[in-house]
Amino acid sequence: MTAQRFTNGDRVKVAEITGRRHVRTPGYIQGRHGVIERFCGYFPNPEERSIGLTGLPKIALYRVRFSGADLFKELSSAVADSIDVEVFEHWLREVEDDI
Amino acid sequence: MTSEDNYSDNNVVSKQVHKHDHTPPADQGPVTQVQAIQIAMQELLIEKGLVCAEEIRETVELIDSITPSRGAEVVARAWLDPEFKSRLLHNGTAACLEMGIDLRPTPLVVVENTSLIHNIVVCTLCSCYPRMLLGLPPDWYKSTAYRSRIIIEPRVVLLEFGTNLNPELSIRVHDSTADMRYLVLPQRPNNTENFSLNQLTELVTRDCMIGVTLPKNSVTS
Repeated sequence: MTAQRFTNGDRVKVAEITGRRHVRTPGYIQGRHGVIERFCGYFPNPEERSIGLTGLPKIALYRVRFSGADLFKELSSAVADSIDVEVFEHWLREVEDDI
Repeated sequence: MTSEDNYSDNNVVSKQVHKHDHTPPADQGPVTQVQAIQIAMQELLIEKGLVCAEEIRETVELIDSITPSRGAEVVARAWLDPEFKSRLLHNGTAACLEMGIDLRPTPLVVVENTSLIHNIVVCTLCSCYPRMLLGLPPDWYKSTAYRSRIIIEPRVVLLEFGTNLNPELSIRVHDSTADMRYLVLPQRPNNTENFSLNQLTELVTRDCMIGVTLPKNSVTS
């Protein structure tokens, strides 16, 4: 268990990690930008648990807020204003403010 | 084993009253792949002494016994007791434990509808749902259509549920992708100031705690 890397309001980018395996990060947010809404605590890594490992040490889990228009404006004009998704820390990258 | 399993099929019903039609019960077809996996898993767990058949039956019985009225009691209490409401929004798991509802190991996040924001819950990856508060999820909650469309075009999906929200309300969708579970705390309908806890509980439906509709007696727009 390592100290949490992000705090509320931090801007983050979700990694794009390909390959057929069990992940809890939905494809629609991979490669997208969001903002940390809250730190949820530490939980076993589900990707490791899915292949019979313990998932320990636990890793930090956050709720990340995305804009519905950012994600889906090409598909719909009736998007959500915001979509909150739980994302484990190893999927999150820091975003420089000027990007 | 699912709640759809039918243990009260035609063979058990008294044969004196022979009025049913002769459509075969759903469990008389060939065993599906998922059922085969479930049976194999159950047999292995029992064979290895990890659980016994009685424990499995008891757990299914417990899961089947939970109804959305549990969640409705939590919502109605939050409407009546501002201090409980604030504890519920701060730490849903601890507040429910005060009422004797043990949600562990999945923490509960309670999201409040206000005059500015309307919340909706989904699990796009599978069917995560606050089962200890609402019981088993409805079939539509587990459908690919709901899980994909509610994040893309929630305003259209709500209309299909007959829910006409004020277009000025912000819509926030919560995707339960990992270890949290979500409960929507709806707005208390107007003109219910004199309602008792029981009367308020009656207004809180399952679907308004998922966020696809509003409590009974609510006035939209």
